[in-house]
Amino acid sequence: MKAAVIRFPGSNCDFDMLYALQDFGIDAEILSADNNDLNDFDAVFLPGGFAYGDYLRTGAIAKFSPIMAAVIQAANDGKLVVGVCNGFQILTEAGLLPGQLQVNKVPGFICEDVELLIENPNTAFTNAYETESIMIPIAHGEGNYYADDATLAQLEDNHQIVFRYAQNPNGSAHDIAGIMNERGNVFGMMPHPERAVDAVTGNVDGQPFFKSILSEIIAGD
Amino acid sequence: MHSDNEITPEMVRDSKIYQQWGLTDTEYQLIVDTLDRLPNYTETGIFSGMWSEHVSYKKSKPILRHFWSTNERVLQGPGEGAGILDIGDNQAVVFKAESHNHPSFVEPYEGAATGVGGILRDIFSMGAQPIAVLDSLRFGELDNAHTHHIVDGVIAGIAGYGNAIGIPTVGGEIGFDPVYAGNPLVNVMAVGLMDQKGMQVGQAKGVGNSIIYVGAKTGRDGINGASFASAEFSTEHESDRSAVQVGDPFLEKLVMDATLQAVRDHSDIIVGIQDMGAAGLLSSSSEMASKAGMGIDLDLNQVPQRETAMTPYELMLSESQERMLFVVKKGEEQVILDLFKKANLDAVIIGRVTDDGRYRLRFNDQVVADVPVDFLTHAPKQDLPMVAPQRLAILKADQFVPDVTDLKQTVLDLVGQPTIASKSDLFRHFDSQVRADTVIKPGGDATLVRIRGTKKALAMTTDVNARYLYLNPKVGAKMAVAEAARNIVATGATPIGITDGLNFGSPDNPEVYYELAQAVDGINELAKQLNTPIISGNVSLYNETDGQAIYPTPMIGMVGLLTDVSKATRIGFQNAGDSIYIIGETSASFNGTEIQKMQTGTIDGQLFEFNDHDEITNQKLVLAAIEQSLLASVHDLSEGGLIVGLLESAFAGHLSFNVVTDMTSEFLFAETPSRFIVSVAPQNRDAFEKLVGESAQKIGEVSDEDQMTIQSSDQLLQLSRQETQTIYQESISWRLKA
Repeated sequence: MKAAVIRFPGSNCDFDMLYALQDFGIDAEILSADNNDLNDFDAVFLPGGFAYGDYLRTGAIAKFSPIMAAVIQAANDGKLVVGVCNGFQILTEAGLLPGQLQVNKVPGFICEDVELLIENPNTAFTNAYETESIMIPIAHGEGNYYADDATLAQLEDNHQIVFRYAQNPNGSAHDIAGIMNERGNVFGMMPHPERAVDAVTGNVDGQPFFKSILSEIIAGD
Repeated sequence: MHSDNEITPEMVRDSKIYQQWGLTDTEYQLIVDTLDRLPNYTETGIFSGMWSEHVSYKKSKPILRHFWSTNERVLQGPGEGAGILDIGDNQAVVFKAESHNHPSFVEPYEGAATGVGGILRDIFSMGAQPIAVLDSLRFGELDNAHTHHIVDGVIAGIAGYGNAIGIPTVGGEIGFDPVYAGNPLVNVMAVGLMDQKGMQVGQAKGVGNSIIYVGAKTGRDGINGASFASAEFSTEHESDRSAVQVGDPFLEKLVMDATLQAVRDHSDIIVGIQDMGAAGLLSSSSEMASKAGMGIDLDLNQVPQRETAMTPYELMLSESQERMLFVVKKGEEQVILDLFKKANLDAVIIGRVTDDGRYRLRFNDQVVADVPVDFLTHAPKQDLPMVAPQRLAILKADQFVPDVTDLKQTVLDLVGQPTIASKSDLFRHFDSQVRADTVIKPGGDATLVRIRGTKKALAMTTDVNARYLYLNPKVGAKMAVAEAARNIVATGATPIGITDGLNFGSPDNPEVYYELAQAVDGINELAKQLNTPIISGNVSLYNETDGQAIYPTPMIGMVGLLTDVSKATRIGFQNAGDSIYIIGETSASFNGTEIQKMQTGTIDGQLFEFNDHDEITNQKLVLAAIEQSLLASVHDLSEGGLIVGLLESAFAGHLSFNVVTDMTSEFLFAETPSRFIVSVAPQNRDAFEKLVGESAQKIGEVSDEDQMTIQSSDQLLQLSRQETQTIYQESISWRLKA
């Protein structure tokens, strides 16, 4: 079992994600977005950061990088594809997840711990959680999730909303913090679970996220 | 010798254009005499850049050379991009502070952003991975739209750059006073981590070795910014925007990652690395040559250019951001060029090292400058007159007496003062957690960043209370060092070193020059006793607008080492029932305090005393107690005194307190130095009291009620935690929205 953490030029949470995966015994490595082949990998992680500087709409350039065709292929093959923060923005730009991340309702970057409600505990990303609410840090200026009403209704009906904010920090529609595709193998969230895995940093609420993924990957082997 | 611009050396002499660039007649004449000819336009320009105070420190150097900067940890002291300290296990910590005061006043966003970018380059040019940024900011009072504009811009600029490049902004402090309205201070400190074998220096050794230019193209931004930073402002000419640079954090991230990779993989062929900061290509190249005792020969046509028809003067003095200079062994250049090309960065050989000690520039096949390197890089020092400021002679010895008639209202007013109130609404815009190593986040005494793969952590802080220095520059400076050290100690870490940011008015004013000398004396005196050498720093002079100087503001950036991160302590109370102790004596220390400022609108009188011995003793006591794991929380006492310290520990821990003291209530606001409040769990009480003896006094207990009480000898104070915390938390936002 092998996981790839995709490094776009400007990714800056690539090592955080790599270390979190490795801490849970997942064989992971960083792979440049210049690559175009993910056949050797069973799961793909798009980390946070500012891909290509994100001077245009976030993720708008990243979706054209060589790796993205392979990411789409991996998603179609049913492999786990996880985007956190900038990774989530890139997944929506690439059309692998519905909707769009806009500038925060009150413009400005926000970094703080927020309470998340686990809306769907029966997913590859949440099945190890034993609580209904967790604290996970956010760090973004463009995390305001938008989708049209039909899409939102579909997300609700299919239980694709995985995490919701308890107190909406950025104006996201339906308080959405994280969603998955209908098949349940592609997932994106704005908060950073990889920053909440180590007791020394004061928060371990991200641990069950990685435990869930680990058990899913093992089950899939 | 001709350059292709039309201004002849005679015209330079006759028009005295050099004066506009900051060179004096005497300096110009010295250049003429030494060269034994008239300098041409380009040469005059490069002397003006290199001899500006911002680059040469010609005015401050006679004072700065007194700084104590050697001990058993120091691997690199002042003189390089940043200082380096040994932290064991073949690791080293690298840190430095830099000011971007002038640019941040003119163009707050870009001024602050490029301040972050510049100091990060200083760190990674040493071969170190930056791991943290701290900001020491001073603004005018939050009662006018212009200050709001500056605050918003500076905060957004720091966030815009630091967040994007992915280095956490973990701390610092923010203060407000009318003296900074026309001269805000933006000091940025960066900390890096490295393997000792990867140490790099900015030297151009070895005849024939290549000078490689890396990173962003050169444009016309920030031309002669160093001279701009070495002059006073006047409100009539405040919009000198062309002298402010524009930052690109994405590009800098590419440059940083590629530079660190080059250091990791090719340190055998890299001779030296230097970032292009103040006075850009000029100062980086000439200083590298001077430090190695060599000459340098540059072909300016090779310099990657963003704009057309740039002159040699512009190319040399541009302060375009995100540029680095490498010296690489002759014949081995291609490896480095390929590495940067792979990262989509410009990397070009622009010259070579020579052995003739000349600084030679070529442009369009002509030599446009040819001067001795050492002469260029060693501005004539100036011994300036100093005199004790008039105001100090007439300060009254009596200490201010706070009005505590309405004690509760006084406390509520105090916690809403911008300097006291929580800065979290500003700090929340900074990514303080990227890299996932932040153990103690902003809002504590010092920030703590763990070193992954070890049990170690680095504590870091910035501090200075300039009001104290205004009343007594030397003692005030000692207090700044002391408070920084207390902040470090409060996390359990041992202070190991200092970087400074010396922000002062015009050194040509003998009173300001005296303040600078006194402050350096004070920093030195306490630093030696703490064994915290001053390994790097920055000087920002001319912080005056229309003749009004700022308070002497020597920012102290300090780093501490915690060998076992599991012992880290925080400011917040931990459990109801824990006992609260105060360590250190409280005396009538009111001149220069927040309560004096709040109640009288000014600060006045002789500064209260500072006792070196008490400071060191109390810090050691706290460290010993933390080492034995006896403390549930630790908080140093500073602005606002005991009352503010108690409230902050309560707010951080979501718990309250019941305190009884035999002092009268005005002493709650005394800012007597060398004090801590600590809380101790019941099972550790005996061991703690045995350890501290008479040095600590039990003053109360932690409680889980909403009500917080203090029974002093004359009054009972009762406060709702929720109500008080709301004021503390929201005051800055309320003022910014007003």
